[in-house]
Formats: sequence, C-alpha cells, structure tokens
Amino acid sequence: MAKLESSLKNMMLSLTLISLGASAALGFVNDFTTEPIQKQITAKTVNAIKQVVPEFTNNPVDEVFKVATAEGDSLNVYPAKNGEEIIGYAVRSYTNKGYGGYISFMIGFKPDGTIVNINVLEQKETPGLGTKMVPEGTADKPEFKDQFMGKNPETFTLKVKKEGGPVDAITAATISSKAFCDGVERAYSTLKKGGLI
Amino acid sequence: MNQLKNFTKGLLKENPILVLVLGMCPTLATTSSALNGLGMGLATTFVLLGSNVFISLLKNVIPDKVRIPAFIVIIATFVTIVDLMMQAYVPSLYSTLGIFIPLIVVNCIVLGRAEAFASKNTVLSSAVDGIGMGIGFTLALGVLGAIRELLGNGSILGHKFINGDGIILFILAPGAFIALGYLMAVINKIKKV
Amino acid sequence: MEYILIIISAIFVNNVVLSQFLGVCPFLGVSNKVQTALGMAGAVTFVIVLATMVTYIIHTYVLVPLHIEFMQTITFILVIASLVQMVEIILKKISQPLYQALGIFLPLITTNCAVLGVSILVIKKNLSLMMGITYGAATAIGFGLALVLLAGIREQLELADIPKGMQGVPILLITAGILAMAFMGFTGLV
Repeated sequence: MAKLESSLKNMMLSLTLISLGASAALGFVNDFTTEPIQKQITAKTVNAIKQVVPEFTNNPVDEVFKVATAEGDSLNVYPAKNGEEIIGYAVRSYTNKGYGGYISFMIGFKPDGTIVNINVLEQKETPGLGTKMVPEGTADKPEFKDQFMGKNPETFTLKVKKEGGPVDAITAATISSKAFCDGVERAYSTLKKGGLI
Repeated sequence: MNQLKNFTKGLLKENPILVLVLGMCPTLATTSSALNGLGMGLATTFVLLGSNVFISLLKNVIPDKVRIPAFIVIIATFVTIVDLMMQAYVPSLYSTLGIFIPLIVVNCIVLGRAEAFASKNTVLSSAVDGIGMGIGFTLALGVLGAIRELLGNGSILGHKFINGDGIILFILAPGAFIALGYLMAVINKIKKV
Repeated sequence: MEYILIIISAIFVNNVVLSQFLGVCPFLGVSNKVQTALGMAGAVTFVIVLATMVTYIIHTYVLVPLHIEFMQTITFILVIASLVQMVEIILKKISQPLYQALGIFLPLITTNCAVLGVSILVIKKNLSLMMGITYGAATAIGFGLALVLLAGIREQLELADIPKGMQGVPILLITAGILAMAFMGFTGLV
C-alpha cells in the first residue's frame, strides 16, 4: 500500500481515527480496571486501620466521618466497632513539620484516649535517620514509635525531651521526632475537640 | 540473522541508556533498588513493544505531516494502559514509581524508536527492535538499581549481603548521578578495548 | 506565607532536576554554555507556566466533570505538544528577537519531562490554580538555576584534564551528583 498523502482531508481523517481507536481502547481498559483499583485503595486503608486498632467486626471505611481540627481543616476518623460497641478510632493525621515536609499517619486510639499503635503512611524523611520512625520494634529491641504505645496523651505529653517532654527523640533526627509528635498530637486533640474521647 | 541483529543491538551496542544516553529521568529516579529499576524497565518495554508494533502497522495510513501527533497519541494510549494495569494489579510498585509511569510518554527512547525505526520497518522487525531496546533499558536499570541497592542498603532484590546500613548516599539523589556516571565510564572503557 | 514556602521548596529543597529527576535530558544536553542555559531556562519557564495553566483548566472543567480522569496523560501531552507549537508560531510572528533567543529550544521542550511532570504534580497535590502557577514558575526557576550552575562548571571543566573513560557524560553526571549533594543541604529549610 502506498503511503497516504499529507492532504488536509487525509490528515484529519487519520488523526481522528487514531484518536477514536485510542479512546475506545482506553475506555475498555479503564472499565475493567476501575473495580480492582477501588478495591486496592480500600484494602490499603483497611490494612492500615487493622494495624492500629483492636480487632473489629464492622467496616470502618464505610463508616468514616470527618472531624474538624483546631486549624480549620478536618481529619478522617474511622470508627472500629465490635458489634455495636465502639472499641477504638483510627485517625488519619498528618504533619507538615517533617524534615522532608509532609508526613501522614494512621493513628489508633482506644475510646479512653490511649494510643494503640501508629502507622506512618507517607514520609520523605532522610533514609537511615528520620525513617527510623517507621518500623515497629520487638520487646528486646524497641524502636522509636514503641514508646507511644499504650500511653495516654492526657498524661504523656507529646513533646521530645529537649522541649521538656518524655519522648526520646531519634538520634540525629530531632526534627523528624518533633514532627512525629506533632502528627500524633493533632490526631489526639482533634478527637478530643470532637468529643469522641 | 537480521532479526537477531535487531534484537541484540539494543542490549549493548546501542544500549539506550548507557550508550545513546536517552531516557535519563526514569533511569535516575527509579533505580533506588533493583526491583524498582526492573519494574520501570518492564513497564517501558511493554510501551515500546506496543507502540512500535502499532506504529509500524499504521505507518502507511499516517500522513507524514501529522506523524508526530499520531505517534504521541499511540504512545500515550499504551502508557495509560500500563498505568491503569499497574495501579490495579501491582499497587505497591505503582506507588513507588509514582509519577514516572505517566512520564514514560515523554521518554525519548519511545518516540525515538517510533521515529527512527518503527515508521520505516516491518511489523516483525519493529516488534523485535522494541523488545531488544526494552530489554537493554531494563538491563541497564536493573544493574544500576542493584549497584545502588548494594552500596546503599547492603542488599540486592531485598536479600541482605552486607550487614549494617550501607552508604545511604547511594539511595539518595546524588548517588543516582554518581553511580550512573561511573557505570558509563566503565562501559566506555569496555567498549574501547 | 504558603506561597513563599512553595517557592523555596520548589527551587531549593525539592529542586526538579537535582532531587526529583525531571528534565535531566536538557540538563545534560544544553548546559555547555551559560548563555544557552539561560535561553533554555527562559523557554522552559514560559512553557511550564502556560502548560500548568491550560492543563489545570482542562482537568478541572473537562476531565473531572466527564469522569474521564484516566485520559489525563494523553490529554496533557497533546495539550503541551500543541501549546509548544503554538508558542513557536506566535513568537515567530510577533517578536523576532525573542524567537531567535528561545526558538531553537522550543521543539525540545515537548519531550522535557519537567513540563508534563509539573502539570501532573499540580493535579496530584491538589493545588489551586494560583498555587499551581506559582509552583510551576518556581520549579522552572529551580530548573534554570541547576542548568546555569552546571553550565558554569562545565565551562571550567573544559580546561581540566579528565581521564579518557570519564570524558563526556560520565564526568557530567558525577558533577551533577556533587551539585545534588550540595542541594541536599537545603532539606529541612521548610
């Protein structure tokens, strides 16, 4: 077949047809990937919640609600229930004070305000220093975030030792440690302000 | 024989990264570990193969003056397919590679092969060329990723070889530039011998 | 205040080239002279700001209402490609000196991933139109800064005695690596 000439009609026709074919193909692929993508996103959130609150029987993602913070924005709160009884709240909190800026957390509280566990979702801290906020330790080898578990911010001030608080900062990553406290504090005070704990 | 040549030229002699110096952005950005590098390489290979085949199929019905927009539409279509598929089925890899998946569209290798090869050759040769170039790209990314992971974290593909933290610099941005610079210098040296 | 943070972060802390790895090709390609580097930086700034604006409007008023956000990549790259063409034609008509200064760089910009990258990032970060434009302009300035710095070093490098295998791209990459290390000093600034 000879190559088509570059006449206006040919150019329009060929580009239109190619675009049509491309859109059709994309529409089709989008159709059958929409569902798995949605599922992945939900599964990711559910997993993050599971790690920070006691075992629940409801679907916290379906029952999510927003609570206003003191700064005027709002945080997503996922209630964890066993039957009808509320056994904890997972709060998606954040801070902008990290060494690399934005850090987001999923933080679990018992209804009395005790911290169950903390999951760092996104962070851009310095690898090997600030990133030590991410892992969970074991009984004989505790990590940074273990010191928050089972503590109630009512009595456990969320401040590093340099600022007179009880929190042991990560070595050489005081800014990251302070940011971590800030994120947890935001979650706690928001729950408190919303009258949930 | 000829097809074999089309295939192997992308591996070393015309390796898109190490010799032609194309597609630097994903090369530097996604090679913080061997797995990320390989993932990015395979995604690009798929796009290269798809766009090469389609462009070669359609080369006679695309008028010369509008060939670049037509190529871009075809390439962008394949990139979006990869993007959606990865989001649906390998979400963790997708979130580490992030913005560099849609950016395959502006990877000079893909448009370069379309213009220089697929628009002039048969479907079979273009497919072979696409795979060869793709594998060459994947190989370079995998090797660079492995070097950076080994130096920076003491592991390759997640298997620890050296205990301890490693030289963290190599996982960070400067390490990407420096590691690639030395890798290219070594390739230059090998080629001359 | 927020705008100042965006600007400082985009220029220094998260420099497009040296920490986000966008636009590395032109960074290595057109940095042999400070003069050319400045021309390229100007053209990129112009196109990034324009592209951010247009893609933002298309995304908010066309893609989102129609629920076809998955067409983002394909629409954005087409918009950028035609935008670059249009800018080239318009510049040629209205300002000959400006065209001579920026013209030769324009065709290269379509495949500069910084342009598409910024357009996508603005949408991803949920920035407002004004913030998006600020971010785009600051990113472009960061690109220009890195480009001019490297060009300055390259002019000096020409006089240096470099081992054979290291000549050309390898030594450039290592220089860029050292520059990136210097820029790492800015982290924690915001």
